[in-house]
Amino acid sequence: MDQFLINIFGDNIIKDIIIPVPVLIWVSVFALGAVLAERKISAFMQDRIGPNRTGKWGILQTIMDVVKLFQKEFVTPIRSNKILFRTAPYLVFTAAFLGYAVLPFSSVYIGVDLNLGLFYFFAITSLGVMGLLLAGWSSNNKYSLYGGLRSVAQIVSYEIPTALSALSVVMIAGTLSMQKFCVLQGGGIQNWYIFGGPGGISRLIMIPFLLSSALILFISTLAETNRTPFDIPEADSELVAGVHLEYSGMMFAMFFFAEYAQMFAVSGIITTLFFGGWQSPFGDLIPFLNSPVMQIFWFLIKGLFFVFVQIWLRWTLPRVRVDQLMIICWKYMIPLAFINLFAIGLYLVL
Amino acid sequence: MKQYFKNIYSSIATILIGMGITLKHVFYKSVTIQYPEQKLQLPERERNRLFVNMDDCIGCDQCAKACPVSCIDIETIKAVPGDIVGKTGLTSQGKKKALFVPKFTIDLAKCCYCQLCVFPCPTECIYMTEVYEFSSFKRDELLYEFTDMTPEMAVEKRKKAEEYAIEQAKKKEETAKLAATKKATEPKTPDIAKTEIKKDTES
Repeated sequence: MDQFLINIFGDNIIKDIIIPVPVLIWVSVFALGAVLAERKISAFMQDRIGPNRTGKWGILQTIMDVVKLFQKEFVTPIRSNKILFRTAPYLVFTAAFLGYAVLPFSSVYIGVDLNLGLFYFFAITSLGVMGLLLAGWSSNNKYSLYGGLRSVAQIVSYEIPTALSALSVVMIAGTLSMQKFCVLQGGGIQNWYIFGGPGGISRLIMIPFLLSSALILFISTLAETNRTPFDIPEADSELVAGVHLEYSGMMFAMFFFAEYAQMFAVSGIITTLFFGGWQSPFGDLIPFLNSPVMQIFWFLIKGLFFVFVQIWLRWTLPRVRVDQLMIICWKYMIPLAFINLFAIGLYLVL
Repeated sequence: MKQYFKNIYSSIATILIGMGITLKHVFYKSVTIQYPEQKLQLPERERNRLFVNMDDCIGCDQCAKACPVSCIDIETIKAVPGDIVGKTGLTSQGKKKALFVPKFTIDLAKCCYCQLCVFPCPTECIYMTEVYEFSSFKRDELLYEFTDMTPEMAVEKRKKAEEYAIEQAKKKEETAKLAATKKATEPKTPDIAKTEIKKDTES
């Protein structure tokens, strides 16, 4: 794809500008759709109807919301640190969007196939913490500051199980390149890392460890995106809205946008690491289903499934307390992630 | 150690149970009633906005007396003989109406919907309707006026009634005087003092 675009435009810079555009469009469309889906699914889970006034079944609801947010005034609190206050939302969204650079949408379409792709992803998405802390600090509001501090404490703690559980797959694959993860899992559903990856029958021993690794990765990424049950940085009932308390209009939308962008990004990471990335579950049995365009379809479908599970969990579980949050992380997930790591390392050595 | 693994197992198991329940509810029929378009059936003996059928009202004031919050305000004018109250001068049950009702207001802002005014009504002209959506932006708009008489009509009838009352009083006086003179001309009774007092009071 890169070579193709360079051939057309004859320039590297134009290629670099064009490559992120479809991703940005996808993120925008996804954010609109996911907000609507979230509201609809929550409504259905609570035996309600949900938004149904704008357009058929309310499908225009989020578009109308965005139109409304565009019209709203952006209020800057008088005692806030104005420069930081304005920078923070963009920083949060930029961090979330930069993660998309290494998401392998298809075998030919990836922002940049770094050989340290996974490392880059975790490094750059945790930069979003800076934005949240800045937003909390610069608002000059106690609730915002609490929200910011909580989200920093939460994201920093949950970086560890995220990295450790991702590492278990890295050990099997022997690479950090996102594209290579997908290539290695080719050849059908049985070769996905959740089922032990490609290899002999002995790989089946690893299934429980990889399964728990996937679970830990899912839970900890859930915490990193500040979603319920780990939404104590937002905590509507105690901190009003956490870091976005003082934000209005499109700046507020930016935070929302970032949250939903991150939701899909971490789903993409789980998909890539454990569920074959863009590989079709039928492998090469039907070559059409594994063509580059269909690969995009598979990747999005798998990613959207995990987004659905995130939404599903949000409307099932209540919020955890701060101490429970730390207990889950330090007492349960980190030891288990280490056990997985050791067990998989042991298998690979033997 | 045992507790540790028990905790993990129970949390995962209970979360899965919860997720199962929520997923099941996705396919349930929604219980929402789209209110302004769709309305619940009202229960039996529901109590809503009051209405007064002025064709039947005889102005007996019983509903106003029954009202615990005094939200009903009635004024009446006596009808002069030969004057027809309302269109026919009769209620729908054929009772004769002897009072004009120039003012019959119900302050629904005060009304507590106890329905106590409905039962004493002898002609069953005050009753609860099925209307329950009548909120308004001003409190004055909740003061409902039911009379079919215009203010001019009320002034006219009041004047008529006053004149009639004066006339009646005069007539009474005359008859009384007549009686008194009759009494005076009659042969004296032993009780003189009594008639004396009567005369004083009359004059």
